[in-house]
Amino acid sequence: MSTRLSSGGRLVNRAKQVSFTFNGKRMTGYEGDTLGSALLANDQMMVGRSFKYHRPRGIVASGVEEPNALVNLGQGARMEPNQRVTTTELFDGLTATSQNHWPSLEFDIGAVNTYLWRFLPAGFYYKMFMYPRAFWKHVYEPFIRQSAGLGKAPDAETLDADLYEHFHAYVDVLVIGGGVAGLQAALSAGRAGARVMLIEQTAHWGGRAPVDGGTIDGMAPGAWVEQAVAELSGMENVKMRPRTMGAGVYDHGYVLGYERVNDHKPGAKGVRHRLWRIRAQRIVSAGGAIERPLSFAGNDLPGVMLASAVRDYIVDYGVSPGDRVVVVTNNDDAYRTALAVKAAGLQVPVILDARPNGGGALAEAAKKAGIRVENGKGIAKVKGGKRVTGVAICLQAGEGSVIEEIACDAVAMSGGWSPVVHLWSHCGGKLLWDAERAMFRPDGAKPPTDQDGEGFVVCAGNANGAMTLDAVMADATLQGAGAAAELGFKGAAAGAKGEAEAEAPMAAVWMMPQGANIKLRMKSWLDYQNDVKVSDVQLAAREGYESVEHAKRYTTLGMATDQGKLSNINGLAILSYALNQPIPQTGTTTFRPPYTPISMGAIGGAARAEVFQPIRRTSLYDWHEAQNAYWEPVGQWRRPYCYPKAGESHHDAVTREINQTRNSLGLLDASTLGKLIVKGPDAGKFLDLMYTNMMSNLAVGKCRYGLMCNENGFLSDDGVVARMDEDTWLCHTTTGGADRIHAHMEEWLQTEWWDLKVYVANVTEQWAQFAVVGPNGRKVLEKLGGMDVSKETLPFMQWAEGTLGGVKARAFRISFSGELSYEIAVPASEGRAFWDMLLKAGEEFGATPYGTEALHVLRAEKGFIMIGDETDGTVIPQDLGLDWAISKKKTDYIGKRGQERIHMVRPDRWKLVGLETLDGSVIPDGAYAVDEGKNSNGQRNTQGRVTSTYYSPTLGRGIALGIVRDGPKRMGEVIEFPKTDGTSVKARIVDPVFYDKEGAKQNV
Amino acid sequence: MLTLTCPYCGVSGEETEFHAGGEAHLKRFISGSTDAEFDEYMFLRENPKGVHFERWRHVYGCGKWFHAARDTNTLEVFGTYSAQVSEPPKEIKDKISAKRPGWSWRNFK
Repeated sequence: MSTRLSSGGRLVNRAKQVSFTFNGKRMTGYEGDTLGSALLANDQMMVGRSFKYHRPRGIVASGVEEPNALVNLGQGARMEPNQRVTTTELFDGLTATSQNHWPSLEFDIGAVNTYLWRFLPAGFYYKMFMYPRAFWKHVYEPFIRQSAGLGKAPDAETLDADLYEHFHAYVDVLVIGGGVAGLQAALSAGRAGARVMLIEQTAHWGGRAPVDGGTIDGMAPGAWVEQAVAELSGMENVKMRPRTMGAGVYDHGYVLGYERVNDHKPGAKGVRHRLWRIRAQRIVSAGGAIERPLSFAGNDLPGVMLASAVRDYIVDYGVSPGDRVVVVTNNDDAYRTALAVKAAGLQVPVILDARPNGGGALAEAAKKAGIRVENGKGIAKVKGGKRVTGVAICLQAGEGSVIEEIACDAVAMSGGWSPVVHLWSHCGGKLLWDAERAMFRPDGAKPPTDQDGEGFVVCAGNANGAMTLDAVMADATLQGAGAAAELGFKGAAAGAKGEAEAEAPMAAVWMMPQGANIKLRMKSWLDYQNDVKVSDVQLAAREGYESVEHAKRYTTLGMATDQGKLSNINGLAILSYALNQPIPQTGTTTFRPPYTPISMGAIGGAARAEVFQPIRRTSLYDWHEAQNAYWEPVGQWRRPYCYPKAGESHHDAVTREINQTRNSLGLLDASTLGKLIVKGPDAGKFLDLMYTNMMSNLAVGKCRYGLMCNENGFLSDDGVVARMDEDTWLCHTTTGGADRIHAHMEEWLQTEWWDLKVYVANVTEQWAQFAVVGPNGRKVLEKLGGMDVSKETLPFMQWAEGTLGGVKARAFRISFSGELSYEIAVPASEGRAFWDMLLKAGEEFGATPYGTEALHVLRAEKGFIMIGDETDGTVIPQDLGLDWAISKKKTDYIGKRGQERIHMVRPDRWKLVGLETLDGSVIPDGAYAVDEGKNSNGQRNTQGRVTSTYYSPTLGRGIALGIVRDGPKRMGEVIEFPKTDGTSVKARIVDPVFYDKEGAKQNV
Repeated sequence: MLTLTCPYCGVSGEETEFHAGGEAHLKRFISGSTDAEFDEYMFLRENPKGVHFERWRHVYGCGKWFHAARDTNTLEVFGTYSAQVSEPPKEIKDKISAKRPGWSWRNFK
């Protein structure tokens, strides 16, 4: 069994006990534990079930590479699935539950899959679920969704209780990894004077060097780490961040750092996670190395662990994974584990060294300590069900005949070490295959390059393939100082001298035993989390998946949340052997960020809820809210859709607003309309290019409706242009168009017609603008007084400046409703005061504020188009009967050439018409008019569609605008619009102007 | 994420500060041009693996449009320059020649 040792554990504080629960069971640990070490201390070796076969799985590793031990962490608004116990710092009150089993961890129905393994090889899903076709949707998919997946997604309606944020940092040298290599690299760069940031994913500095022994500058590594941290802390040009992982390296030295600020003290003040967005001139990647498992039968049983992890649990946490630990290895490093086990007072029944000639100095030390060492031997099979009970030993060179069985309760395996090359590779750094040490390491000659074409990432220490302490310290000094020197920071770098036992060469062991038969290979796991075995990769190779990327996707090797940290190298070695080609020829799959999963919260940062997208408010926002306005989002603005009174439906409110506007007086907050000032000696010339019609000949004091197209000819925006003075025009745009059209004008001014002397300013928010609409519109303005707004002085399509009710105002005599109408612009700061005056003066006329829906219906009754309803990016002005607003005289305007193309001038284009239903009902929005015959897909042909459709209170019936093939020539024809309920509605093609065709109401 | 330097305000900024605006140095064709000319102007774009000329706007900065010469493969930026020219300035071309001898792009080399 696994248990807490009576002493030891350099990271735990035995004076402070911490309690937590696992699957509802109360357990205790110590401050400084990870959830992983605490579970082991409570003999909870088995922590989950595997993805496909639901096999019992235990903790394998001690760090980020852990594939098995994923749990649901926390509850309610703090519940998170798939959290690795090995990177979860223990805290008081922690609650964790295991995943992927039903009904319980100990007894799991899905485990029946493990007996069906023969029928569930790689590609099973692809082969099985193809036929019959209809089964996918109704049988297979629901079944797979039910049984697949690891943790449960948090409840969709529960808001995350925590806060997140982004930080930006700009540094000369970013060192990723706070082990001895990272510390030494940071010291070298920092001493040279560079601005350095050093980040480390765990809470501790020094990495695993204090566990592994040796000396640095004559000191124990732990002592040297303390000294290095103290020196770095005292340097003003060095920033240090523990609990911060280098998640990804991107173009031009951009790095994402993921800081887990409060994961170890949930609910504490401040943010939970912080995403660091770092720009570094140079990056030193010192992420260390990850130990590889060995591929022998039963290597996934709870109790089989990485040798380094066994050592970590003993030395760091004072936790023993088992009383009798068999060590199996192909290298010298695992002997350190045997010695650590022995030193903790536990037994090592045997060390199985797959190398025929065994190890070096460390092997001698093990033998001297009285440990039995068997060279050239391996494990044929691990014995046990939910827990290791023993191993069967065989010759590594053979096929797995059992020589001897040895009882044990843990197995420490080591297949050698793989440098963490992820960060080097993220942005294109190339790798070399080091055959002697059986590992991919960075090819220093082919780094990722930056904006200047220079390499911007270097690796240091283990991550660079420097695997022994002496090599690590020398390399780290060189790389840290080198990175700083490239930026011009040249100091005398004082090195640090590492010393460790000399190690005998390792030997690549990809299968154990070398000639393992199929039965053994089918029980030899490569990818623990996705249940991929040696036999699966071999099958993929036989079936023709020769590319490593294809084999990965076919078998799912390395596709789990651990992204193959343990499995990738072993898997591609197996693939290479199956394909009979050298490993470098097979290559690796692509390393992609993030290094380990980062939270969605951190990615979102502070951008959530009301901060996600700021709301733009007009000067009347609070007033609208107080009137119980029903809001409609329009771009970033909120506009009142209607103002329902108590007990009134939205439909009734809209009807009331329309009737009151047509009959007496309606008021609209039109402040969101875009207002662009275009000024300069060439402004008229410029506007002639921007608009389809002429603007240069507009007289001062007059208004003109204008259309703007894109270069393709399609209608993009519309609005009324008013000429302010000789060289100034005011261009109104749609609410959503202000910023876009401003940018559009700037683009053409800066990149095509830069010789024109024109200045454009967006003054949308400087003015509050209100439409005063209806037969009593003039009377209410006359009551306010100060300006002559009579028919004679201010006729339709003119504007004037003056004061109204004492407020400086511009009155535009324009109408989007067909009524007598003024738009009054006042400085935004006076908006609310002026609105109140309008309401007061209009009281006797029953002044009625109306919203966007009434606005839409009023304009549709008059056949006025709306950008975004009648246009969708495929409609040209000519389609909408707007030829009158297109100049024939101009040689050029944006869109003119586009509109001359043959398909733009063909006679059968769909054109704007009015549609009147025969039964008076309202046609559904977006409905299509069907035509005779079917198209090549067997669908009914169409001949038009509805673009706007409303109930018109004025006419007491449904009206619609639509575009219909050759529509204007088909007045009176009846066409049919099928509805989604299977019925259809018939409508007659009519003139788009439904109301007051002669304009009698407007021109008064 | 790229780092670009705005040639107008001199600020070296994050890509998110800028907005990409497609290929640079297009020649505009207006009414009277052939369909082929308009098609070329409107739709046909270079898609090189290597040296490329692009329009960018310093949209969350000074608001100016400018041109960038860069390598679409390595993401190396050879330089940024005014949008108000019809071909890359000599010093930009020289810089590219120094790093990518024999380069060509449309009619430029």
